[in-house]
Amino acid sequence: MFKKILIANRGEIACRVIKSARKMGIQTVAIYSDADKHALHVQMADEAVHIGPPPANQSYIVIDKVMDAIRQTGAEAVHPGYGFLSENKLFAEALEAAGVAFIGPPAGAIESMGDKITSKKIAQEANVSTVPGYMGLIADADEAVNISNEVGYPVMIKASAGGGGKGMRIAWNDQEAREGFQSSKNEAANSFGDDRIFIEKFVTQPRHIEIQVLADQHGNCIYLGERECSIQRRNQKVIEEAPSPFLDEATRKAMGEQSVALAKAVGYTSAGTVEFIVDGDKNFYFLEMNTRLQVEHPVTELITGVDLVEQMIRVANGEPLTITQDDVKLNGWAMESRLYAEDPYRGFLPSIGRLTSYRPPAEEATASAVVRNDTGVYEGGEISMYYDPMIAKLCTWGPSRADAIEEMRKALDGFEVEGIGHNLPFLSAVMDHPKFVSGNITTAFIEEEYPEGFEGVTLPQEALRNVAAAAAAMYRVAEIRRTRISGRMDNHERKVGTEWVVTLQGESFPVSIAADHDGSTIKFADGSSKRVTSDWTPGQSLARLNVDDEELVLKVGKAPNGYRLRTRGADLKVNVYTPRQSELAALMPEKVAPDTSRLLLCPMPGLIVNVNVQEGEEVQEGQALCTVEAMKMENILRAEKKAVVAKINAAAGDSLAVDDIIMEFE
Amino acid sequence: MKDILQELNDRRESAKLGGGQRRIDSQHKKGKLTARERIDLLLDEDSFEEFDMFVAHRCTEFGMEQDRPAGDGVVTGWGTINGRMVYVFSQDFTVFGGSLSETHAQKICKIMDMAVQNGAPVIGLNDSGGARIQEGVASLAGYAEVFQRNIMASGVVPQISVIMGPCAGGAVYSPAMTDFIFMVRDTSYMFVTGPDVVKTVTNEQVTAEELGGASTHTKKSSVADGAFDNDVEALTEVRRLVDFLPLNNREKPPVRPFFDAPNRIEDSLDTLIPENPNQPYDMKELILKTADEGDFYEIQEDYAKNIITGFIRLEGQTVGVVANQPMVLAGCLDIDSSRKAARFVRFCDAFEIPILTLVDVPGFLPGTSQEYGGVIKHGAKLLFAYGEATVPKVTVITRKAYGGAYDVMASKHLRGDFNYAWPTAQIAVMGAKGATEILYRSELDDAEKIAKRTEDYEDRFANPFVAAEKGFIDEVIQPRSTRRRVARAFASLRGKKLENPWKKHDNIPL
Repeated sequence: MFKKILIANRGEIACRVIKSARKMGIQTVAIYSDADKHALHVQMADEAVHIGPPPANQSYIVIDKVMDAIRQTGAEAVHPGYGFLSENKLFAEALEAAGVAFIGPPAGAIESMGDKITSKKIAQEANVSTVPGYMGLIADADEAVNISNEVGYPVMIKASAGGGGKGMRIAWNDQEAREGFQSSKNEAANSFGDDRIFIEKFVTQPRHIEIQVLADQHGNCIYLGERECSIQRRNQKVIEEAPSPFLDEATRKAMGEQSVALAKAVGYTSAGTVEFIVDGDKNFYFLEMNTRLQVEHPVTELITGVDLVEQMIRVANGEPLTITQDDVKLNGWAMESRLYAEDPYRGFLPSIGRLTSYRPPAEEATASAVVRNDTGVYEGGEISMYYDPMIAKLCTWGPSRADAIEEMRKALDGFEVEGIGHNLPFLSAVMDHPKFVSGNITTAFIEEEYPEGFEGVTLPQEALRNVAAAAAAMYRVAEIRRTRISGRMDNHERKVGTEWVVTLQGESFPVSIAADHDGSTIKFADGSSKRVTSDWTPGQSLARLNVDDEELVLKVGKAPNGYRLRTRGADLKVNVYTPRQSELAALMPEKVAPDTSRLLLCPMPGLIVNVNVQEGEEVQEGQALCTVEAMKMENILRAEKKAVVAKINAAAGDSLAVDDIIMEFE
Repeated sequence: MKDILQELNDRRESAKLGGGQRRIDSQHKKGKLTARERIDLLLDEDSFEEFDMFVAHRCTEFGMEQDRPAGDGVVTGWGTINGRMVYVFSQDFTVFGGSLSETHAQKICKIMDMAVQNGAPVIGLNDSGGARIQEGVASLAGYAEVFQRNIMASGVVPQISVIMGPCAGGAVYSPAMTDFIFMVRDTSYMFVTGPDVVKTVTNEQVTAEELGGASTHTKKSSVADGAFDNDVEALTEVRRLVDFLPLNNREKPPVRPFFDAPNRIEDSLDTLIPENPNQPYDMKELILKTADEGDFYEIQEDYAKNIITGFIRLEGQTVGVVANQPMVLAGCLDIDSSRKAARFVRFCDAFEIPILTLVDVPGFLPGTSQEYGGVIKHGAKLLFAYGEATVPKVTVITRKAYGGAYDVMASKHLRGDFNYAWPTAQIAVMGAKGATEILYRSELDDAEKIAKRTEDYEDRFANPFVAAEKGFIDEVIQPRSTRRRVARAFASLRGKKLENPWKKHDNIPL
């Protein structure tokens, strides 16, 4: 076995690989850019080598620098993780030339499968049904528009070297095809150093289901079931699960066997993933093969019990697979939620900054539940603009899909992240969405179910009453503490009352609290009551309560006369008033937020790439106003309605903060 | 006998109606509560004891003798906030627009005298159209009587003003001399001369809100210390502030039970200071992670944001915090921030509240506007305030402490009790670049040499150890241990006794 391996990656995946390597007794080497000097993967590895400035194209994807690090440390093998150099043929070749093992497939397989155009041709030759499209390279935007018309809208414009939603656009008309081509090309050039673009028919209402394959150097190849990755936003996966709630055994087998055949056809070794689009009649079409470890590999690990990273290392070491196809048994259900530094209340725009609070739920593994969190960050760490906005992959396992979902709900409620905008409330919302719970999902789920974006969750009545009861009990405890202040007038102390009115989500609940040593009984006006017990004390940012024997976890923030409480994707301003306060508060007018409709505000911290309009110009609804780059993604800001530009406050090259005014309209 | 008891009840009921139901409704329509409703919210339930409910004015001009409502436009008395005594007056806009008459002023003076005598804070809820014009000079005399008492009470008992309606003309000078002024957004304004007079004299067109609304006074003028969305929120937050304050200058600040380990370690603070010394970070994170339960009551949050002032608790006891904010103007001192912090430091010192100072200051803001504006004298206010303060003073330098600003920010030399520095601290006359450019002026043409000199200077001075060698820094501490170290420092200072030489009063550079 290798004595030392280098991980040519960063973030959670580097940490993930280090864990398996350590378990196998292998020493690990991390590489890091200036921005990652204090990153978790650097702290976890046995050794770390600095490889340059923050932008990936000056550090993590510079082959020479990685090769230097290998030479310096004497690593015998390299795990590339995903992204970066993981599907780079030149890197695999450089390693081969240096006699260093690549923990991944052979360069030839990367070349033929890694390039989407080539891989599609091979798949077609192998009689795998593929989605119609134009396989050649596209020279310019005009050609892109012509081809799009030939294929027929809607079309998908994709970077040949792309993945993970980067360099990918859907176009429904000529204008979008033109713009999409340009931004895909730019993103592809920036992210992959390869700006080749291709176009294919966009299949509507599809499911994204992929097969995990594992092959050794001795001709053995197996498949480890499927993963359902249909919950995507702009082609970026958000929630994955295994198995798929849609596949039957026959389809699974057919897809698995085709995937294995394809892998064998290209002499594949190591772990790989064959992605399919599956339509409502369970017809599946080959999409692409990812010749690397997938981000969402943990869900497969959780239902098969196979450590994919360990297997990859063993395969690279020349060991034959010890698992046969018959050994692969799918056990229970696993969910993965990708926690992104993207603000769901601002159209999922990237958010960067310091994690002032980062407290994931405790990892656990019992016979009935597993909680696993793959992460590369820590409290006080920085989410920088240079890399992927993923903060963590929270995975849960349970005997059934319903169990796994319930575990995920609880885990998300107990996950504290502050300092940046993130999609945790959205993840919680999906876990409670009836359509998701039913398993009847397509890749259009987010687009269809949240057409206006995400505006938070409205809690159903029973859940609302649970929160109201909890808030009342908590507030009473805090108020009693306030009466214990020094300097009070003896014998004339404040008596904290038993009657309260809790207002939240536009509703008012008059309650009466009877407290004893173990907890509080909260009686509602309709005569019903709830029993609340908890060891929460004032000031704690996470409250774990028990309401009528059901666990309720609340994130607790400060607010006058109450709390900001967050749970299950809801973000509630909760007031707990005395009856008199409640009566008087009802007289207070609603405050109207200031009108910003005549302003274009910068939705995220970023760099202005260009401004497309001029002062005095009349713009149409949907017209591109300017482009803001953040997290290496180009975001085109468009006019919400027809207007005349009155004043432009920013120019290309300006670095703006959230809510900075870019332009004003008349 | 029964009839007489009944008469008392009837009189009380009539007094409680103030200017009558119609005016109460109109007050509600404006989004404002009545004087008595406000008292209900400010004080503990059923704790209000009223004085002078039946006082009526003595004016006989302009037919005023025909209309003598009980209470005369102000409700006064005492009650408790979480069981601690406070005195309160609440102007009643429904009675003659809350205008101040001779008797109205006398009612306020009575409770102020009692507050000073009995050692309890005075809270004024202001909602008044101004002087009672019918009374002429008697009304003006009334104002002056109140002013004189504000002055005498200053530094003896905390005085808090909440502006909950108009407060114009001479009336503004009573709140102006109290310790804290809070305003209610959209329903309150304060100015010496109103929009009409402004228009006549200067031809400026300005609304009452622009001239003296909550936004103006919290962001531009610094007259107000905070603003709230409505009456309910304002009064709730005043209760919260009172929980931080001692009742008078003879008492220690209050202590209450706390649920936060004094030795709590915050590993994340080890990475608070960015790699790049010119990159800002949010000092509030340090304040929140140091405080008990992350509870921080900020004073003047929207003004001179390059310095942060406010109250926290450590081990349940109030501590005043002054902190440079690197996020704004790199945390430098200037006229506004010096004035803001100086006033806060003097409040803390007057009321025996220990002071925690968090330092990351690159110096004073340069420029003609600063010099013409008198930054010398304004900066001196903060220096003076720190130097004269005899309360426990604990200072933590997180990063930069350059030049005169180092001296000012509660340095050892200004009788700092505990002066700590993080390992990231740089205590020097100025930044390395500026220093080498002066020290090696002759080498300025040689970029390479200057770069080397700068590096040498950084190696020598961009750390806390030069100061620590001289004993100006008592200890270099781990950022993660800040709460524990600071809490222990204040604990050790609970018995501190320090007195300044006797003087009539000092002559702070006003």
